[in-house]
Amino acid sequence: MEITLTHYLILSTLLFAIGLIGVMRRTNLLMLFFATEILLNAVNIGFAAISRYYGDLTGQMFAFFVIAIAASEVAVGLGLLIVWFKRSGGIDLTTMTSMKG
Amino acid sequence: MELYLYLALFSPLAGSLIAALFGARPKTLFTGVVTSALLGLSLVSSTILLFYILGGGAAVHVEMMTWMATGDLYIPFGFLVDQVSVTMMMVVTVVSTVVHVYSIGYMDHDKSFNRFFAWLSAFVFSMMVLVMSDNFAGLFIGWEGVGLCSWALIGFWYHKESAIWAANEAFIMNRIADLGMLIGLFLIYWNVGSLQYDRFFEAVVTLDQSVLVMIGIFLFIGAMGKSAQFPLHTWLADAMEGPTPVSALIHAATMVTAGVYLVVRANPLYEMIPEVGYFVASLGAFVAMFAASMALVNRDMKRIIAYSTLSQLGYMFVAAGLGAYWVALFHLMAHAFFKALLFLGAGNVMHAMSDELDPFKMGGLKKVMKGTWIMMTLASVALAGIWPLAGFFSKDLILEVAFVEHHYVLYTVLLLTAMLTAFYSFRLVALIFHGEERYKEYGSHPHEAYTFMLIAMSPLALLAVIAGFAFKGSYIDMVTAVLPATEYHVHSPVVFWIMVIGTQLLVGAAIAYAYKKYQNAKIDKAFEQRPCYKVLFNQYYIPHFYEEYISKPYRELSHVAWKQLDLRVVDATVDGIATLFYKTGEQTHTMQNGNLSTMLRWMVAGTVLLLALGVAFTVGISVVAG
Repeated sequence: MEITLTHYLILSTLLFAIGLIGVMRRTNLLMLFFATEILLNAVNIGFAAISRYYGDLTGQMFAFFVIAIAASEVAVGLGLLIVWFKRSGGIDLTTMTSMKG
Repeated sequence: MELYLYLALFSPLAGSLIAALFGARPKTLFTGVVTSALLGLSLVSSTILLFYILGGGAAVHVEMMTWMATGDLYIPFGFLVDQVSVTMMMVVTVVSTVVHVYSIGYMDHDKSFNRFFAWLSAFVFSMMVLVMSDNFAGLFIGWEGVGLCSWALIGFWYHKESAIWAANEAFIMNRIADLGMLIGLFLIYWNVGSLQYDRFFEAVVTLDQSVLVMIGIFLFIGAMGKSAQFPLHTWLADAMEGPTPVSALIHAATMVTAGVYLVVRANPLYEMIPEVGYFVASLGAFVAMFAASMALVNRDMKRIIAYSTLSQLGYMFVAAGLGAYWVALFHLMAHAFFKALLFLGAGNVMHAMSDELDPFKMGGLKKVMKGTWIMMTLASVALAGIWPLAGFFSKDLILEVAFVEHHYVLYTVLLLTAMLTAFYSFRLVALIFHGEERYKEYGSHPHEAYTFMLIAMSPLALLAVIAGFAFKGSYIDMVTAVLPATEYHVHSPVVFWIMVIGTQLLVGAAIAYAYKKYQNAKIDKAFEQRPCYKVLFNQYYIPHFYEEYISKPYRELSHVAWKQLDLRVVDATVDGIATLFYKTGEQTHTMQNGNLSTMLRWMVAGTVLLLALGVAFTVGISVVAG
């Protein structure tokens, strides 16, 4: 069976759904980061596949941007996470309610 | 000459602004001195302009700057000094300079001394804008400016309920009339495409008669408000609540004559519509008589003079309405001098009597107030129109105009009014200055005003005496360059002399009767019970009528609108919208529980919702288009 664009898009969608569920359900901050990474990379798959399909490099370039931004985001996020862990001794989301309205 | 024009126009403004800087401070003498000096500068500049124009100079026309320019609309700040406006400028600056100097003495003990001068100079500036503008828009700005300053000065003693009431009455009545004026201006702009005087007067001949009649009527409605003609006359008598110098300057000499000035200025228009002119003249004659009759029995010194002003304004409108514009302007000028003098004299008397206004409580004041007595008598003689004082030349001329134009009814009315005028003027003089010293019963200790106040008044006294015979010739030569130069001569010399001498005799008799009757007046209780006295004393019940049939129903209507419409519909709608947002916030603020997971779920839900909407919208568009 030949692998077509549709397959890539289905894969991308599935990964995105997994990431979304992770984002919504996880209460561990570290796991939340993982889920976010899955979301971003799901989109990257889509970009790369469509870029290849149309023979246009723009999508792949965009995927590189996303990777770079994701890396910096994780760097900052993990830094904050460590500080938070040192202060409060846990990284459970349910304990972080200082922004309660 | 442009420099003098700007000096004449802007020095009152400068004075006003300087005085306004100290407006909230306690009395500082120099505000009075500075404003008076700047007014003097304005007077000197106006005089230079007058001599320039008298010497045959061309009218000075400047365009200071553009005011409005959008599309076809172009209104500049332009000023014009021609024969008519220079006459008005002289009247305004002479009277206001005198009044300013006089006020330094009159307002001596007032704690709002500085505020008074700020407003008074601001008034003069507005009046100068009014008379000097070269277009109707600028005239309207001045028109509103004098209205505003008049409001502030009538209500100058704002702690008095009656003063505030009178100020508001004057302002509101003027606003009603100004609406008419505005409509007139819109009609002019609509039909001519410009508000410049020269453009409009050129176009007058080409316009439709009915349009001209409309414009003429609406402009005259504006004039009726400012000049307090019937039925918008009630504010003028109530405006006497203001300080007396204000009455002298605004409500006798200048602002109230703005209506006459408007008609004189728009003479090419009124030339074309003699029927409107005739209406103006008839109303003027009616008001002359009507106001004079109210002055006959009134017991308030200032109100008597105010009614007299009203009556004289009526005379001016008769002349203007009959096409004798230069006569109207001449009477305006002469009247400004002697009426301002009369008011300032009344101010002296008020000061002497500690603000007592009832002449029946005075009497015999000529012993203590010799200067004031002489000046007020002079002013009254001039007002009555006795030869050779100013009033004779201007007022008799109006009578002649009415006679020559074959309006014998108007003539008779005016003749009778002239007698009434003489009577009430000398009733006042007799009551105040002659007879027993009734004030002693009321414990007053009258004293003459400051000498400098009397000196300040003396130019007016001089003008009241000489303005007629000294200026008439050169005045006519000057203004007939721009106003229709109709000569009014009774053809037969016999008729002429009968008229002149007859009028003089009648007026003289009225004066003698007034002296005889009021020399030793006691308040006549029986006379006061007569119905005719009551009607006159209550001003024909017109203020009562306005109160009962206009103010009260209006108040009722406002009350209903407030309770039913405003509270129930407008407020309820606005409150409803506010409550909606408040309640929504109340219900949804639990979303903000600070938990990141919950927020992320809401975010996902929002994204899904937006996507769904986007899809639905796109599909919808393609279905509709498809």
